[in-house]
Amino acid sequence: MIGPVMIEREIDARGSHCPGPLMELIRGLKSAQEGEVIAVISTDLGSNTDIPLWVQKAGNELVAVEKLDAEATRFVVRKHVRA
Amino acid sequence: MNVRIAIVGGGVGGTLIANRLRHLLHGDSRRETQITVFDAAGTHTYQPGWLYVPFEQQDPRKLLRPERQLLQHNIALLSGEAGRVQRIIPADKQLLTADGQMHPYDYLVLATGSRNAPEDVPGFAAAGGADHFYSEEASVRLGEKLARFSGGRIVTGVASVPYRCPPAPLEFTFLLEAALRERGLREQTELHYVFPINRPFPIETVSEFVAPLLDQRGVQVHTFFNVDSIDPERKVVSSLEGEDLEYDLLVLAPPHRGQQLITDSGLGDRDGWIPTDRNTLHVKGYEDANLFAVGDATDLPVSKSGSAAHYEGHIVAETIAAELQHRPVQQQYHGRVACFLETGHSQATFLWFDYEHPPKPPKPRRLWHLEKAALNTFYWQLIPPARV
Repeated sequence: MIGPVMIEREIDARGSHCPGPLMELIRGLKSAQEGEVIAVISTDLGSNTDIPLWVQKAGNELVAVEKLDAEATRFVVRKHVRA
Repeated sequence: MNVRIAIVGGGVGGTLIANRLRHLLHGDSRRETQITVFDAAGTHTYQPGWLYVPFEQQDPRKLLRPERQLLQHNIALLSGEAGRVQRIIPADKQLLTADGQMHPYDYLVLATGSRNAPEDVPGFAAAGGADHFYSEEASVRLGEKLARFSGGRIVTGVASVPYRCPPAPLEFTFLLEAALRERGLREQTELHYVFPINRPFPIETVSEFVAPLLDQRGVQVHTFFNVDSIDPERKVVSSLEGEDLEYDLLVLAPPHRGQQLITDSGLGDRDGWIPTDRNTLHVKGYEDANLFAVGDATDLPVSKSGSAAHYEGHIVAETIAAELQHRPVQQQYHGRVACFLETGHSQATFLWFDYEHPPKPPKPRRLWHLEKAALNTFYWQLIPPARV
């Protein structure tokens, strides 16, 4: 569980295949305010590498990666604050 | 009892389903069935041909046929205002068209396709912004610009996913590289390819196949490049990830959305795609309402392509015919797609896959290129009439 982090929006992308969950996260963060936190739930194995890689490349912050059950993982991401 | 089957959209999926149903229904079930295709344009376009228009390898006028000519005579076609569906009301099993008529139906197939949404990227549609080949007008305009091009930097790729015909931007890049070489402009031209995820194609096996080809052709690849905005004055395309690329010519698959009709009828997700069962092709939430969706209009995790619409169309036609003939449904959709990928220099490869089996592209050969050319020519005789 995430303690003090306030998740603004959670996107349930379970059942969606690569690059679906990543694109859902990208769309979610595009419309989010700087500093807001978005979560995406994925059952696609490719997300385990694709999402952290993209978060790093785009300069966002991966706040947490939580295993929800045998198949689903939740990625919690904070949108960067541009200087 | 007369059964009314309404099909919205006269593209690959809608036309094939109408004709296939006519073939499958015989005897009493044929006499008692009225099939109506609603298509405002009344013209069928072979969209894959637009890829070749900028290279003057295809006359765009030859990509058009009257929809009426493609439908068997006992299928009704409504076009113009009478065929422009403005609202779908599944609760009442009725459609409203722009001429104010309500059309009751017993079965409804949504084959409404997708639309270009350049408005989603600031600067995309501005003069000096991006070009593309996802409409007749745009592909002709791009051809005129390419004819005047005398060297510089060309950026190709994809603005965002999903988009129609996933191989097309890669094919365009390979054809462009070959065309520049033939015109003696390759040395004066820098080629860059941008793609939203961390490889040059959504499917990993195809990425592994095209990455070395792009490298061999001297195309610089920029992955994780989600187009955020385009500055047409400075001629710079910027990504959400913070990368800026200058260009002299920018050729991007535009952002896509589902049709406004779907959104207005409350049947789409946020981007207008129809939530669709991946196997039965029923619209989710309307499983008992005889409501189906095929092709680009769906949210299925398969290519937005004529090939997917073709295979899905056969399944929907079989499902409806089986119900009307009181027999079990024989088939489900398993994500089958088959398409060619042009690699330039009169060669191509072949992609054949489904939900569970990714494609294994064979080495590019002239044979696949010739087969694609044959499909482009004989499409009219094979696909809309549902002969294959």
